[in-house]
Amino acid sequence: MTEQGTWRVKKGLAEMLKGGVIMDVTTPEQAKIAEEAGACAVMALERVPADIRAAGGVARMADPTVILKIMDAVTIPVMAKCRIGHFVEAQILEALGADYIDESEVLTPADENFHVDKNSFKVPFVCGARNLGEALRRIREGAAMIRTKGEPGTGDVVEAVRHMRMVMGEIRRLQNLPREEMMTAAKEMGAPYDLVLEVAELGRLPVVNFAAGGIATPADAAMMMQLGCDGIFVGSGIFKSGDPARRAKAIVAATTHYNDSKILAEVSRDLGEPMVGINISTLADIDRMQERGW
Amino acid sequence: MVIPVRIGILALQGAFIEHEKMLSSLGCEAIQVRKTEHLADIDGLVIPGGESTTIGKLMNEFKLTDRIRDLAGDGLPVFGTCAGLILMAREIVDSDQPRLGLMNIVAHRNAFGRQVDSFETNLEVEGLGPDRFRAVFIRAPYIETVRNGVDVLASVGDKVVLAKEKNLLAAAFHPELTDDSRVHSLFLKEVEKFLANKKKIRAIV
Repeated sequence: MTEQGTWRVKKGLAEMLKGGVIMDVTTPEQAKIAEEAGACAVMALERVPADIRAAGGVARMADPTVILKIMDAVTIPVMAKCRIGHFVEAQILEALGADYIDESEVLTPADENFHVDKNSFKVPFVCGARNLGEALRRIREGAAMIRTKGEPGTGDVVEAVRHMRMVMGEIRRLQNLPREEMMTAAKEMGAPYDLVLEVAELGRLPVVNFAAGGIATPADAAMMMQLGCDGIFVGSGIFKSGDPARRAKAIVAATTHYNDSKILAEVSRDLGEPMVGINISTLADIDRMQERGW
Repeated sequence: MVIPVRIGILALQGAFIEHEKMLSSLGCEAIQVRKTEHLADIDGLVIPGGESTTIGKLMNEFKLTDRIRDLAGDGLPVFGTCAGLILMAREIVDSDQPRLGLMNIVAHRNAFGRQVDSFETNLEVEGLGPDRFRAVFIRAPYIETVRNGVDVLASVGDKVVLAKEKNLLAAAFHPELTDDSRVHSLFLKEVEKFLANKKKIRAIV
């Protein structure tokens, strides 16, 4: 029997992206630069997070024309973002043929109580998470891939590190719990009991887990890989830097050779100006995108 | 002491860990290949699924392409899945992307459509007996043309999805994402032949 949109097929595409770099792009030209640099996928957007931050107002799904033009320009998978809870934006992205949908806190949430029911879609979803409970809630809703939230558009890696350490630490803790303590652990983190048991057994999330939000240099990417993530999203870090093509290629090489400090030293040289960035501690609470979603 | 068969798995990008687990469960020692020195003393090589453009560029950048071509020419068994099939093809429709170009086939990329068209299906595979193989196709290619010396082992409709040419095996689907190890075992038969030819004493333990 032939089946489409199965869990294995949805999760499978994320497996194929592992060890790679997914880059935010806003034009077909940027998409080609990303592909040429070795990106394993691109995220099609109208504005990168740093510009969304600067512009203020309501940030929504990109114009379908932008997404279609980017799909035409490259052969690698094209992802696109919908607002948290905006299931119609998700339906539109699925109809356009986007390869993955990011239900993303970078855009202004459309629903303050409920995320999209991702199980009812054929197209796979990726969602952000700051801790294990949040990751497992999204997975049970149907997310076939998880990423850290970090703090998008800042070029400051500190929040991505915090979220990755949090998820990894909670997984290690679960692995050491006796079975009778699992239900209480599930209750405390607000996570489905069956997934808590599965994580304790596997010693990792049951889906691919990427790092995102503030990654700006090859060293940032390699650090996240050494902390145990499966791959890297780079948002503003590439096309807000002085030499996007060169930086993109260096981040790709650093993600592959994340444990080889000689290669990391080599690819970190002469990359031009990094994105200027915003120090997280100067950011007002209301401007923190990671607080969006639950 | 029995020395296990050593299979290199190209680990530049993609789903290499799934191949590693499958081959370890079949009694092989799996070596992640990221640099040329990792290719020394392997008895077979797997090119995994992932993004073929990404893997091809990294192979060139880290000088693996020519070395792998030489080893394959020398009889080293090579098994490619999905992106691996594309990289092994001599010709790729509408693409001049970097490749190994080992096999006498023409590959068509993303030939079944985008991700929403990805699917799994039961496949009749030559040499695997009557039980069908549950094959997972993800933005998969197929083999548009098979040239001299290439045997077709499985097709979806009229589209070739598994083929073999001497020491080379290429699948458009992902046997590493299932629990069925029969396609990997086909590859290991080639590895055993290679070891016998080279008079190397190593075993699948």
